[in-house]
Amino acid sequence: MMLLGHNLTIGYPDRVVGSQLDISLKTGEVLALLGPNGGGKTTLLKTLLGLLSPLGGQVRLGDRPLAAYTARERAQHIAYVPQAHAAVFAFSVETVVLMGRTAHGSLFGRPSAADRAIAARMLERLGIAHLADRPYTKISGGERQLTILARALAQEPRFVVLDEPTASLDFGNQGRVMREIRELGAAGHGVLFTTHDPNHALRAADRVFLLRGGTCLADGEVHSVLDRAQLEALYGTKIARIHDRDSGESAFLPG
Amino acid sequence: MARSSAPGLLISFLVLVAGLLLAFTVGRYPVSIGELFAVVSAKLTGRAADVAPAVENVIWYVRGPRVVAASLVGAALAVAGTAFQGLFRNPLVSPDILGASSGAALGAVLGIFVSLGVFAIQALAFAGGLAAVAAVYTVGSAVRARDPVLVLVLAGVVIGALLGAGVGLIKYLADPYNQLPAMTFWLLGSLAATGPADLIPLFGPVALGTLALFALRWRMNVMSLPDEEARALGVATGPLRIAIIAAATLVTSASVATAGIIGWVGLVVPHIARTLVGPDFGRLIPAAALIGGGFLLLIDTLARTIAAVEIPLGILTALVGTPFFIWLLASVSKTWSVE
Repeated sequence: MMLLGHNLTIGYPDRVVGSQLDISLKTGEVLALLGPNGGGKTTLLKTLLGLLSPLGGQVRLGDRPLAAYTARERAQHIAYVPQAHAAVFAFSVETVVLMGRTAHGSLFGRPSAADRAIAARMLERLGIAHLADRPYTKISGGERQLTILARALAQEPRFVVLDEPTASLDFGNQGRVMREIRELGAAGHGVLFTTHDPNHALRAADRVFLLRGGTCLADGEVHSVLDRAQLEALYGTKIARIHDRDSGESAFLPG
Repeated sequence: MARSSAPGLLISFLVLVAGLLLAFTVGRYPVSIGELFAVVSAKLTGRAADVAPAVENVIWYVRGPRVVAASLVGAALAVAGTAFQGLFRNPLVSPDILGASSGAALGAVLGIFVSLGVFAIQALAFAGGLAAVAAVYTVGSAVRARDPVLVLVLAGVVIGALLGAGVGLIKYLADPYNQLPAMTFWLLGSLAATGPADLIPLFGPVALGTLALFALRWRMNVMSLPDEEARALGVATGPLRIAIIAAATLVTSASVATAGIIGWVGLVVPHIARTLVGPDFGRLIPAAALIGGGFLLLIDTLARTIAAVEIPLGILTALVGTPFFIWLLASVSKTWSVE
């Protein structure tokens, strides 16, 4: 299955954010979306999620236009991991994760025992099972991000779309999320994530899509696209690249 | 969470029972709890009760309709407040946020102004509440904005102010000796004139709206997330928002039409319910209904007993509600967080 944006013009009724964008995501593939602030990353993400209608072009999921899916059908295929934020009401972590099962139930339905089992498994998988009964308002920002990720996994989607999944996390949790993204790809999900750190793309992605000023600078295999010159053009700053001779891994340093 | 909810619901139920016992027994004609049970069990078994006929009269014809009305109105306002607080993701919202009360007030004072009968006034108040919320919703959805909920609240504030001006104008034009006192009395809320005939038009809409909200309880949990997140989880937020607003407006308008404007119940009771059973609407809606009924029974009993004249309900709920709400803000703000 494939999530495809063809010749997209993205933005809001009063403001065009980007145009002539072609982007695709296959199941089993991890795609990182890189670009400076205000370059249109989040707008492109929301357009691919169906939360924002494209101003031009078309988003397709499988063999149908995404606009032809109902919200419920869409949620059975694509899960969204927004940046974690404070909630108003003190739902338990378990309840928040159970909300991921909404698209699999009926309009008047409540989560079933099977739904609870799935939620429990996802909490276990992300190592936060001990938080299940805690109020979502009383856990740390990193724990909230993992809870939202567990909620997305509970949706049992084909595609997972994450908006800066590592932004509020400490180093350890960043590693945990990077690992989880790789495993999702290996398990056959299509994963799209935005990040401010090219190293996270190196670490977790198969492919990168570079977005600046609403246009695509490059789209291709991560190691062939991500080089010093390309990133300096993308971010408009000097960048150094360092290599670890033992492991063959490399990383970028800004400034 | 399931572990901790049973005592919360039990406490809510006991609040209603306490309210019922208090409302039936306390008053200018005291009835003992024994007499109350004798009369009720006599009715259930079909035997004649061994009490004075006056006691039976007080229980069935004087206090009965008023007690039922107070329970229904209290439950309705509390459930509507619960629904609106979830929908607008704001614990400071009350059932009149979208203009239901101001619309009903305009309908009622208009009815009094043109000297309509009691039931016509109630019908006009009911229609006014529905029409005001429909107008707010139309204005709110005509404005294209990224945050539809915020626009809706602002439209409610603006149209509520306009309706308030309309009420002011009619009061200014009204006959100060006959009409104005009736208007003032209605606007402050009262159940003093409630009879058996009032119960059907109150019960129907309140039951319908409450059941609709209870059926949507899981979806309402998800609706308390930001709009885009709820949509990404598979909820069609637009139609669902209309359904929740319609159901909550129905129960609010029906209770305002019967009892006039009673503030604070819809604001305070959802908080008490949330501290008892948590934020999950599956438990919150029943708990709010039970506590709301019990709370208004208590207030109504005070209204007819603490002074020689009846005190308007709206005044008592404000007197009780304000300090209580301040105490809640200070002590139980941990059940929700605004950062």
